[in-house]
Amino acid sequence: MSATTLEHAARASAARHRGSLHRQRLWALWGSYIALGVFVIMFLVPPFYTLMTSLKSSAEISAQSGSPWVVRHPTLENFWYLITYPNFQTYYLNSAIVTVATVVISMVIAILAAFSLSRMGFWGSQTLSTSVFLTYLIPPSLLFIPLFQIVGQLGLINSVWCLVLLYPTLAVPFCTWIMIGYFSSIPKELDEAALIDGAGYLQILWKIFIPVAMPGIIAATIFAFTVAWGAFLYPLAYLYTSNQMVLTVGIISDLIRGDVFQWGKIMAACLLASLPPILIYAFLMDYYVAGLTAGATKG
Amino acid sequence: MADGTSVPVGVIGSTRPVARPRSSMKKFAQKRSTIAFLLCLPLILLVAGFVVYPAFYAIYLSMLNKKMTTFVGLGNFAFLLKRHTFQLVIFQSCLFAITAVVLKALLGFIIAHLMHNIPGKNQRIWRGLLLVPWVIPLALSTLTWWWMFDPSYSAFNWILNQFGFDNVPWLGVGWIARICTITVNVWFGTPFFMIMYLAALKSVPEQLYEAAAIDGANTVQKLFFVTLPMMRNIIAITVLFSLIVTFADFDIVRILTAGGPQDMTHVFATYAFQVGIQSGDIPLGAGVSLFMFPLLAFAAFFVLRGVTKRTKEIAA
Repeated sequence: MSATTLEHAARASAARHRGSLHRQRLWALWGSYIALGVFVIMFLVPPFYTLMTSLKSSAEISAQSGSPWVVRHPTLENFWYLITYPNFQTYYLNSAIVTVATVVISMVIAILAAFSLSRMGFWGSQTLSTSVFLTYLIPPSLLFIPLFQIVGQLGLINSVWCLVLLYPTLAVPFCTWIMIGYFSSIPKELDEAALIDGAGYLQILWKIFIPVAMPGIIAATIFAFTVAWGAFLYPLAYLYTSNQMVLTVGIISDLIRGDVFQWGKIMAACLLASLPPILIYAFLMDYYVAGLTAGATKG
Repeated sequence: MADGTSVPVGVIGSTRPVARPRSSMKKFAQKRSTIAFLLCLPLILLVAGFVVYPAFYAIYLSMLNKKMTTFVGLGNFAFLLKRHTFQLVIFQSCLFAITAVVLKALLGFIIAHLMHNIPGKNQRIWRGLLLVPWVIPLALSTLTWWWMFDPSYSAFNWILNQFGFDNVPWLGVGWIARICTITVNVWFGTPFFMIMYLAALKSVPEQLYEAAAIDGANTVQKLFFVTLPMMRNIIAITVLFSLIVTFADFDIVRILTAGGPQDMTHVFATYAFQVGIQSGDIPLGAGVSLFMFPLLAFAAFFVLRGVTKRTKEIAA
């Protein structure tokens, strides 16, 4: 009863102040837009500068006159040079191979494990779930030196295949973690019904879990892709000839020779190399964001 | 989810007091857990082979001498701690991680609030634009920053010149270089905080704000007594999480300064790379990396506690 009187009083006072409140809201709204605009400009300065530099010819960059922020004679020569440059093609191809292989391996491992951990369970499966999460917290820079020795013993130093072997350790824990979350949210009645109808576990996984948890699978795939495409430390430490390099290290070691920086080409290469993640992000932003927040909110 | 969701479905039936079904039920449960274990086997092998084994191997390696022929015990650690460069590395790693995380958390919080103010249908485009730094691979966007920090004819110095200031040697002087590396990290990591906080802000029930408004709370009071307590867990998880990632960061420092000038920007990861891979002293490099472990373990413990608590909150 007291709640209704309070509400009533609040409504009455709101009516009295509606004019000023309305104005206040409007100010807050416009203030937010302006502040957000400032932040967006600040955050987009580097990508903008990348684009501007990539459109300049080497002559325009080395002339060092006028504003570096605008391009006076836009040209696509840097992009054309890179597209026809065999080394750059190799890097792109290597990146693509490593990424696709990593995504496939990681997703298979993660989905099988998540299905088992969220639904079936065995002795020690609780501990395993926890340790999967802990593994996710281990950064690559903690173990790259012993891994250097191990990769060497396996004879995979300076071979892209060592990345296919090592990247899953970075992607699998998080993918498993999100997939456990998505699988746990599927009602148990679904697989009970399937069990009664005589379906095997792999059938249940294939016919029920994977279709129902598709959003989670897409989010996890995007994560695995991002990790494999952008990793820098492992390829820098384990690869040293240009026929084995991937994009992130290839651009740096190939286009920077001693003190000569071909900035136009470097920036164009950065743009071309960032294209796949940006395209995926543009088309699948909601899944991307879901994957990002799942780590902490899905718990 | 790590809580009791892994109770096998079929085992519930085994409490029935009939003899024959029970034994077949038991067999069924046994078969079930065998399959479950087999499904997990690839994961277990991966983690055991490339995470657990290297971790112990790192401890073993760090106790050898440079040629890896004799056992020196804790000699490498003692040697590192006495070295001035390494003391700098410890200080810089902490400075880098703490400053960057605090700034990211603050900026992320402000932007998430601004975003929460504007109508939902407009949020998509703004969120899309603000997430771009997070999407570009860090190693590549750091290259752009490097070019913008160029000492002679570069983006920032040109602007300074327009206002009549001298060129600043961005990456050539210790403290300026440190600030530059932190700036790049803040630029890269703020969108992540923004997204996490925005998701958390949206989950705060509107009724709480209404109740606070009726009780006469102003904006600041609403922030401190409604928003922050409701978001406390998410903030803690995000900050600890980011602390781990930032503390172990490699890409930014490696590309921008490679540790220079005079080792004044080295962090653990870049120093370990220089000592272990470039100079070929693998045991010492492994030792440098291992110094990260106590802080990481500390942060991981609290992240795990926060996540479990949150899972229970959601379940309740």
